[in-house]
Amino acid sequence: MTQLTEERADARDPAPDPRGPGAGAPDGTLAVHTSGLTKRFHHQTAVDSIDLAVPRGAVYGFLGPNGSGKTTTIRMLLGLVQPTAGSRTVLGMPIPQQANEALHRVGSLVEGPAFHPYLSGRANLARLDAADLLADPRTARARIDAALERVGLMAAAGKRYRAYSLGMRQRLAIAAALLQPRDLLVLDEPTNGLDPQGTREVRSLIGSLASDGTTVFVSSHLLAEVEQICTHLGVMREGRLVAQGTVAQVQEAGQRLLRLETPQPQAAVGVLEGLGVREVTVHGEVVRGIPESLEGEQVVAALVHAGVGVRAFAVASPSLEDLFVALTGEGFDVSG
Amino acid sequence: MSAVEATVEATREPVRRRRMAPSTRLLRSELRLIGGRRRNQAGLAVLAAVPILMAVVVRFFSSGPGENDGPNFLSSVTANGLFVPLAALGVEVAMFLPLAMSMLAGDSIAGEANIGTLRYLLTVPVDRTRLLAVKYASLCIGALWGVAAVVVPGAIVGLALFGAGPLPTLSGTQLTFGEGLWRVLLVSLYLSAGLAAFAAIGLFISTLTEQPIGAAIAAMIVNIVAWILDQVPQLDWLHPWLFMHDWLSFADLMRDPIHWANLTHGLWIDLAYAVVFWLLAWARFSGKDVTS
Repeated sequence: MTQLTEERADARDPAPDPRGPGAGAPDGTLAVHTSGLTKRFHHQTAVDSIDLAVPRGAVYGFLGPNGSGKTTTIRMLLGLVQPTAGSRTVLGMPIPQQANEALHRVGSLVEGPAFHPYLSGRANLARLDAADLLADPRTARARIDAALERVGLMAAAGKRYRAYSLGMRQRLAIAAALLQPRDLLVLDEPTNGLDPQGTREVRSLIGSLASDGTTVFVSSHLLAEVEQICTHLGVMREGRLVAQGTVAQVQEAGQRLLRLETPQPQAAVGVLEGLGVREVTVHGEVVRGIPESLEGEQVVAALVHAGVGVRAFAVASPSLEDLFVALTGEGFDVSG
Repeated sequence: MSAVEATVEATREPVRRRRMAPSTRLLRSELRLIGGRRRNQAGLAVLAAVPILMAVVVRFFSSGPGENDGPNFLSSVTANGLFVPLAALGVEVAMFLPLAMSMLAGDSIAGEANIGTLRYLLTVPVDRTRLLAVKYASLCIGALWGVAAVVVPGAIVGLALFGAGPLPTLSGTQLTFGEGLWRVLLVSLYLSAGLAAFAAIGLFISTLTEQPIGAAIAAMIVNIVAWILDQVPQLDWLHPWLFMHDWLSFADLMRDPIHWANLTHGLWIDLAYAVVFWLLAWARFSGKDVTS
């Protein structure tokens, strides 16, 4: 598994892949581009030289366990945190040099909602709109209403933020990101705290925004939350970008796995290792391994030739979920 | 992709045409935020209660004025109602007014950082320099509000209880009532300037932490230490450089003619503190990682 990760890390490519929507395009058509982006806090490296390439129009799922550096990366993209090394452009404009210009085109949700507790939802949005030098005060009311409507908060618009549930707070934060027409939405864990119904609504909202042409950069520690809507994936582990590309590319990069059921597992292990199958393991009558470039029929022929009985045999690509687990390490552990 | 770009171009166009005109929207929003907060309203009420309390006590309970270290306007209160706000300012200028300022200033950056709204303001985006300028402008207006909260109710209650007549000055001459009002307004502006300078120290402290209460307490400690140092005779070389040293010179505005020397010195000190600490705040805040 470690070897798999390292190979992916070496294979990462700062340039957009020919098969992606940003095909062979110059920097300008990337909504987000970083090269060698690094952040060290004291002695800890939170983000380690990552090269993000998010094509315009993509829905980019930025995956990784909690603590793998996703939020720090997002803070660097938005100019909140200064990188230790490396460069970043958002919508083709370098940050922080052109941050003001670029960020007007970016709606963001960073590490959960944050508003003034004693102001209403509407008053909180009005404050953010007032802070925007490019926002037209004459249309403020209409834009705020439209944003509230879009996230389904109209009925609670006059309530104090303090009285909002976690789900309502999350929606208000998304509404704030929608106060202006945006070219890019950066959504950090947008479904945190939402019930399954709310999660579905946010997902369909993201889908409808993406179909309007907005690039969406959405982070999550749960693959299931984003895999249905993403066109692209980037996977973080311990501060490094261990996989990136279209969903198909990332999936293809996962190594095929061989699974064999046989009454003679020990004999099978000898044959498989003789063929060059790696990491052969035995659980009862089930033998697993990584066949590399071997074709299934070659393996079966060799097994039969050696007199090993074959009850079941399969060579398959791992599911996206298996791959995610493989790339990011085991289950619930918090990286770093 | 071309459809996407078309949308992008269409939405970008109006933005390019609109100019980034200076706008007071953020400042007005800031003032609504400060003024709408219950805590601040309660603070203003406390500031306003002092002159009212003083006037009532002097009018109904007092047999004679007591001792007072500051300019003793309390003894003159019975002569003219306008002395009520002046006496109240003399009482509140060392503790209550700086305390109110500390609360506001401590909240300015640290308060937004504490609840996380700072990151959303900055990604609107609001330029950091602009945010600091607006925050400081709101603190200066807050200083005016604080002083007005003492002076206006004080003047109204004073005039109601003691009447409005010619105003005896500290020099022994008399001012007309109109001239007296004008002098009280000058006193208010002078002390507001002093508090605004102190607010710059508070603003700087507020950029150092994410704890607004901690920042407010630190600012208040700075104020108290300054008043203590100002009492130590061995440090008399330092006294003219303490931000609050000339605050009590506001009494010089009640002389005839006005005695300007200490007042001008005080205003220069105010300006120096405001500039230096605003720049320190900027130096700290402009490159700071916002991780709250």
